[in-house]
Formats: sequence, C-alpha cells, structure tokens
Amino acid sequence: MSYLANTPEDVACMLRAVGVSELAALFADIPKEILCTTWLDLPPALSELELTDRLSQLAGDNVSVGQKICFLGGGSYDHFIPAVVELLASRSEFLTSYTPYQPEASQGNLQAMFEYQTLICQLTGLDVSNASLYDGGSATAEAVLMALSVLPARKKVVVSQTVHPEYRQILATYLANQEVEILTLPAENGATSLQKLEEVSDDQVACVVIQHPNFFGVLEDVAAAAQIAHREGALLIEVFDPISLGMLKGPAELGADIAVAEGQALGIPLGFGGPYLGILACREPFLRRLPGRLVGQTQDRDGRRCFVLTLQTREQHIRRANATSNVCTNHALLALRASIYLALLGPQGLAEVARLCWNKAHYAAQRITADGRLKLAFDRPFFKEFAVRDGQGQVKSLLAHAEREGFFAGLPLGRWYPELDDCFSVAVTERRSREQIDALADCLSHA
Amino acid sequence: MQEGLWYSDTHEWVRIERSAGEQVATVGISAFAVEQLTDLVYVELPKVGDQVRTGQEFGTVESVKAASSLYSPVTGEVVEVNAKVQDDLDLLARDPYGEGWLIKVKLSQEPDLSRLMDEETYRKRVSSQ
Amino acid sequence: MRNKEVVRLLFELSRPGRRAVRWPACDVPECEPPPPEAVREEPLPLPELSELDVVRHYTSLATFNLAVDTHFYPLGSCTMKYNPKRNEKLANLPGLTDLHPYQPQASVQGMLRLLYELQQFLAEISGLPAVSLQPAAGAHGELTALLIAAAYFRKLGEPRCKVLIPDSAHGTNPASAKMAGFEPVEVRSNPQGRIDLEDLAVKLDDKVAVLMITNPNTLGLFETHIVDITRKVHECGGLIYLDGANMNAVLGYVRPGDCGVDMMHFNPHKTFSSPHGGGGPGAGPICVAEKLAPYLPVPVIGRRGEEYFLDDQRPDSIGRVRSFFGNVAVLVRAWCYLRTLGPDGLRGVAEHAVLNANYLLTKLKPILDVPYGERCMHEFVVSAARVKRERGISALDIAKRLIDYGFHPPTVYFPLTVKEALMIEPTETESRETLDAFAQALVKIVAEDSQVLQQAPTTTPVRRPDEVTAARHPVLKWTP
Repeated sequence: MSYLANTPEDVACMLRAVGVSELAALFADIPKEILCTTWLDLPPALSELELTDRLSQLAGDNVSVGQKICFLGGGSYDHFIPAVVELLASRSEFLTSYTPYQPEASQGNLQAMFEYQTLICQLTGLDVSNASLYDGGSATAEAVLMALSVLPARKKVVVSQTVHPEYRQILATYLANQEVEILTLPAENGATSLQKLEEVSDDQVACVVIQHPNFFGVLEDVAAAAQIAHREGALLIEVFDPISLGMLKGPAELGADIAVAEGQALGIPLGFGGPYLGILACREPFLRRLPGRLVGQTQDRDGRRCFVLTLQTREQHIRRANATSNVCTNHALLALRASIYLALLGPQGLAEVARLCWNKAHYAAQRITADGRLKLAFDRPFFKEFAVRDGQGQVKSLLAHAEREGFFAGLPLGRWYPELDDCFSVAVTERRSREQIDALADCLSHA
Repeated sequence: MQEGLWYSDTHEWVRIERSAGEQVATVGISAFAVEQLTDLVYVELPKVGDQVRTGQEFGTVESVKAASSLYSPVTGEVVEVNAKVQDDLDLLARDPYGEGWLIKVKLSQEPDLSRLMDEETYRKRVSSQ
Repeated sequence: MRNKEVVRLLFELSRPGRRAVRWPACDVPECEPPPPEAVREEPLPLPELSELDVVRHYTSLATFNLAVDTHFYPLGSCTMKYNPKRNEKLANLPGLTDLHPYQPQASVQGMLRLLYELQQFLAEISGLPAVSLQPAAGAHGELTALLIAAAYFRKLGEPRCKVLIPDSAHGTNPASAKMAGFEPVEVRSNPQGRIDLEDLAVKLDDKVAVLMITNPNTLGLFETHIVDITRKVHECGGLIYLDGANMNAVLGYVRPGDCGVDMMHFNPHKTFSSPHGGGGPGAGPICVAEKLAPYLPVPVIGRRGEEYFLDDQRPDSIGRVRSFFGNVAVLVRAWCYLRTLGPDGLRGVAEHAVLNANYLLTKLKPILDVPYGERCMHEFVVSAARVKRERGISALDIAKRLIDYGFHPPTVYFPLTVKEALMIEPTETESRETLDAFAQALVKIVAEDSQVLQQAPTTTPVRRPDEVTAARHPVLKWTP
C-alpha cells in the first residue's frame, strides 16, 4: 500500500518528459557501490484493515488510565480535557500546515500563536513568552542556557534537588561539554535549603533554578530564593505548574526572571509522555536572548492588523552558530491545545480546577495516612501531589497490591532519591472522585 | 563616503581625534553597509566602560532577515554610546558619518592604520562589489 | 462561506462572567487554604468566553491557513506530503493516548513493543544498528548526536573541538554544534553545489570531531563523493553525522550506514508522514553505529525474551535529553506509516518523490534558472536572480503571487548559497495534474507585470505585512 497518485501512464509520460527510460535511471548520481541490492528487511505492507487490527491489538496489550484509577504524577497529570480542545486542534488547517513563514497564508496559526503568547504572559505575569518549546525538561535547560548568555562571565548554575530529577538530568546532559559548573541545593524536609543557597551564592552564579510546587508537590519559598539570587546579580528561574496558578501567586509576583513549565496539564493527553509542551516566559530585558519562535503584531499594506514571525535574527535559520538556540520545529499544535484549554476555562474555571485539586489532594492525604502505616513524608504545605512514607518500608509490594486492586497508586521516589526509598508520591487531580480516593485509602490500609 | 575617515574591510568607519593628549576614535558604519542591509531594525552596542579590541566584535546590526556583526577598527575603552541611533535607526541611513555614529572609544594603543583603507581605496573596493 | 473579516482576538471577545467549562461540585470537605503569602490576590487576567465563542473563533482562524489538506504545499526541505488520516485515528486510540509515562512497565507492553519495533525499522532503514527515539525534533536529534560524539571522544581521551559543516547546511547544524560546546567550521560548496573536497581537506585535522552532512543536500543533489568523504574523515579519527531531513529521496535505495555515516537523525514529520501541526510537534529519533551505542541517551527500549523494558542502566550514556519518553504520538504515526508501506512501498516513495521533482524541474527550466544540476533528487532550487535583474521580479514576489493562484509557496531565500532562491519539493503524494497546474501558474506569473506581482497576494485575508515595524517595535502580546 502507498499514497502515490501517479498512474503507470503518468509515470511513463513523466519519464519521457524528463528524458530517462526508467525510474532507476533517476538515481544515476548515486555511486553503484552504495546502492541497496536487496529489499529492506521490513515487515510487508498492511492494508488499513490489517493495520487497524494490529495496532488495536498492541493498544489492547496496554492497561490505560481508563482501566485503572490513576494517582501518578511527577510532571504528567491525569487532568480532564474538554472535547472542544481535541476537535478544534485536529482541524486539517492546523494539523497539516507548517511553520508560518508566509504570513499571508498562515494568519490562523500566527494569530493563535500570538494569543498563546498573551495567555502565557497573563498566566505568569511576565512580559514575554515564546511560541513554545518541546517539554518542561528541555525548556528548563533552554532557560539556563539563556541565563548563561545574559551573564556570559558567570560559570555556575545552582539547581534545587527538588526540581524534577529528569529535568536536572537533561540540564546536566546539555551542559556536559561546556565549562559550566552545576551546584545542587539539598532538600530539607522536602523543600529547597535556602540556607545552603545563601552559602553558595556569589558573583559567579548565573542563575538559580527552583520548582514550585516542587517535584514532591511541596510549595517552595520562591520569593525568598529570588531575593537571595538577585542580591548577587543572578537570575531566578522558576519551574511552575500552570494549573496551580489558578490559586497560587505567579512567577512574576514571586520575583522570577524566567519561568518555564511543562504545559501537559493544559489539555494535552498523557500519551505515554509526549508530545508535551515546553512553556518559557521572561522579563522584557532578556527578550533578545529568548530561544524559539516569536509572533508579533503589525499591519498589512491596507493598514489591517496582522501577525508575523518576528525577531527572527535570534534564530538558527538566520544567525546559524550564534542563534539563541538550535530549536526549529517547535510544539505549535500543543500550544494551540493549551490556548483552547485556557480560553475554555477562563479565570474562574482555572481557579476552580486548582481548588478542586487542592481539596482532593488534601482529603486524600488525610485518608491515606489515617491508619498510621503511611505518614506524610514532609511536614510542609503541598498543592496537588504529596509524598508518603511507608512505616513498613514495603513501597514496592504495597504499590503492586494496589495495582492488582485497580489503582496506579503512586510513584516510588527511591528511583531518584535513594534516601526516600521508603516513600512514594501521590497526585490527585480534579478527575478523582471521593469514592475513588476512599477506595484507594481502603486498599492501601488492607495491604 | 567622506574624507578624513578610515574604513575597514567589514565596512566600519573611524575618525580619530586628539584632544588633551588623548586619542578618541568615533566609529560608525558606512553608507554602503547601511544600504546593503536595507531596513535596519535593531542595533546592539556595548556599554560605556566596555573594552573593545581591533578586529573583535563590539555589537550587531540587524535587518528583518539578516544580522551582521560590527567589528572594532581600534582598541580601547568605550567612552560614549550613541543612544539616539538606538531610538531612531533611520539616522544611520540619513547621516551615517555624522549623527549616525555608533560609539566613541578612548584609544589605549596607536591605531593600526595599515589595516584600514582611506576613502579612495574604500570607494574602489565598494564599487567593485 | 469564508469569513474574510479579520478575526478579533480572544481577549477582545471576552465579557466578564461569561464561561464555557463547568466543573462538578466538590465532593470532598473543603480543607484549609494555602498559607496566605502563597495565595494569589488578584484573579488571573484570562479571557472569559462561551464555548461557542471559542469554537467559532478557532474555526475561523483555521480557515486563514493554507495546509497540505487544502493546497499543494511544495515547501522545500520540509517534505509536506499527505498525512494519512488512518494514522491520526489510530494514534488516538485510548490504549495509546491514556498511558501515564510512569506506569509499571508490565502495563505498557504493547506500547513498548511498538516502540521497540520502530527502533528496529529505523535501524534497518538507516543501516545503523543502535537507535534512540528520545529527541523531540530534528535539531534536537542533532544536538543529541553531537553530545554523543563529545562523550565518545572524552572517553577515548582525545577531546576534539571542531565540527565541520557545509555552507549549504540547515541553520540548525551550526546552531546545534555551538550548543553542544563545539566550534562550527564552514566548508565551502564547489561550483557543482556539492562539498568542495579541497576545502574539506584543508579544514580536516585531528581537532575535528564530526563532519555534518546533508545527503541529498539542500540543493537536492546527491553528494556523489560521500564514500570518499567519509573515508577521509574516518582517517582523521572523526565521525560523520547525517542530517536526515532529506531521507525521503533515498528510502530503500541508500542506507547511510553503508556509506560510512556514524550517526543520523530521521524527521518522522517529514519522511514518515506525521503531520507538521503548524510548526510541530515533530520528532528526531537518531541511529548510530555500534561503537557509539553505549553513549545513547536513556532510556533505550530493550527486550528480554517476550518482555520489553525501558533500559536506563547504561553507564556511558550521555544521560537524558528529554523528559519521559519522547514524542510518542509522532512515533506511533511513523510506525503506522512504515507498517502500511512495507519495503516496496518505501522504495516507491523515493522513486516517485524523485520523479515528481525531476518532472517539475523539467517543466520549470525554460522559465527560471537552475543554478545547479541537470537533474535533482527529491527537490531542487531555482533562482529568480535573472528575472529580478531583467524585470524586477524577486523570489518573494513569485512566492506571494503563487498564493493568489492557490498554491503554498516554496521555501524562499534558502539555501543561502543561491541568490533569489526558490526551493521546491513536490513530494511523492502529488499527482501529475497538480504539478502541471503549478508549473503553468509559474509560467503565467513570470510573464506578469512586476507591478502586479509586487502587489501580491491580493486574495488572502491580509496583504503583505510590515515586517520592519514588527521587528523595530515588537508587539508580542495583546494589552488592554
């Protein structure tokens, strides 16, 4: 099967026009010694019917969150997605177009991106947002690279241990071949040690990275961290949870200079981890160091408002080696989903979903720890996710028991934090009902 | 093009003046360069107090779809930056050798005029492009 | 009927108290609120809209785009082929979309198996045995591979600092090299549009870590000396990276690994038909030679008997480049595409992509100059330099006028090595009639008065925008 359009007659006629006798002659520039002499060893073609059966079978070999009740978090959350998001974002004109290099033929995408940038600025309180990056992890690394280019004389990056461990791994990978030192701030009782931050702060630090709510769900004192960072002239990068902003103070208000986030919670399916959405916004003075695309408003020849890609001299297709980043293809379609989600929720909807998450997570924490075996790992305020410690140290078997009973009950933390080997984190979104939370608590207490 | 100016390969011009025993160089870009870049949209310049070195980048000029580095024709300390140009980029096209100057540099070493062209040589070079 | 009014912004449609989403009542007791210093005092300044407002707004916006599903879209270097609808439907099966990335691996065996199979397919197509599906885009794949090269030379105890890149390369190549901590060095093209072997010889030394090469290159030409080039780089101890953006031209004909390539990326959103989404998401899986396998980012998908697992116990790995497991939904579409085509279908893609490009090239040669090559692979570059000189018609004018004739313009002003470049990639899924109609439109356009062309486009919702003002005084968000 293939998607070719030309008939054998077309082919014959086209070959004649080109002046060759057969298709293979079109490949005459390729040295014979490297031409494939056999067919690729790939499985044979399937019809649509066969493909549907095969893929349905593979999909059926998975257990989806529709089949088990999901309390997993760690940067990817089972939030509800209104039908409108999927239906609008899957329209052909959004789905099958590309980067709007020709503004007259792409006003739909350009306006949608301009609106996305505005929505992210409204959400964070910051001055500028780009048009999207890949995910929260690579956006964090890009933010750090940005800080290093704003302050080129500084060669240290300070990152809290409570920032998502995978984001920290990505950052370390990105910086492995550069003369930059990464200092990791330890956690104390589940939150960043600000005392340690005071100790390591000096005029060599380019930026401090704090996640709030952090990987354990705990609220951090970003304002205090920002003050310490700014005292020595460093930038504060906040990794935030967009849903939490319905309730909590935003990055600008807390003193962040650059804010990044995983945007998955804004209308993007779990999808086994991707594609997701990298959000990045900053204060105005850093605009020219921003990675990725930017859409600006202008006028056409008749004075009509319109939108174009702008400040492109920052980008790789013009600045090449001196670009602010190598990013080209971004995550426009996911940014579109996030925009539609935010447009549907509005300020009230987002405040309500944040409050639902807050109330349900706290109810769950109370229920799960009621029988005494599981205790909250940290005595700190948290948002929609919290860590619990198993007094019997049997995290693995406890979670396996819960899975048999129909729950993805939580995320074991020992994988990233050996000292928390007896802990797991539990995330509770607006989708979880009281009944489901009670059932999880019962299941865990009868293990 | 103007007399009394020296030009670099990379289309910067420099005028050197002596006062009170110090040499101060005024640096800009040639009318030819401005024309080549067409509609300039942004100029990035150093800060007062920054050091510049002969042949090294001290800033950039950008049009919508191109960015060009600015290379210093002299070595020394930046003592003045033309803020007017940053607000009104058309100055560069209107008066590139006057009000469109970019930076003034207090020289810390004798300028190397052998690396630069006089007006006539530069004119010939540009007309051959 | 299409709404030609300029669409108002979401924010201008907003009315206090209007809303679309209603959440269920809270079924658990209200608990104590967060500490006051953490709580937002002002409500968010987001727009307030009804559901119909949102639906009508985005539906109107959609009609302002040209897309593959609506128009011929010969955007060079981007491979805007048909995006099969079955892949959209299948990638959205709940058994694939509703999986949390941290579910126990036993509960995602179908997904892991699919991804494992895709690793194998890509290894076979590239001729390079080790695969990482992690990178999120082509440029991200480049960065990942260059970080692998850096780790490889560190381990060998001979750190190298330079990456050689032809002047016709995509801008992502030098940008990725710099980002990975290397110094990019440009290699000139020769008058035939291919890598200048003399210039390469001058620049090649034992400080060179990697030569990045695009083959076919951005002019649509096959680098005929590829074997010689890879041998010379290997003799100096360097590695070869292939930018796989143009793999559509050689599927089943050439395997990069067989030419001495050590690392490469695929763009599934180009070569394997995943839709481009108005700018993304794509994906950038990479394939590498056996000796580089230990450095691949984690996790890689492994197999023990009938069990598939995420292997992150790889001590020499460069680490992670992305959270979770890459752009899975894009990879699922690539899997669907490869299973639909099979080995003969894939070879047919290359044949018809190259046939369509050559046919169109033949049709356009009489009206526009073709600076390089009598023939081409999957795409070609024509130059409007002569018509600009003679008649004042620029590449941009031609591009804009094409929109009036109902075609998305080709890539313009790239590669930088050709003046007034128009880079045309028809792809294999277009029919002869479409190509004829496109060529016919260009014949008409080139004969039109330059005054007319400079006014184009006139049929679009907006006319040419003032990009200078946009860049001089950036307005990057709506303000009340």
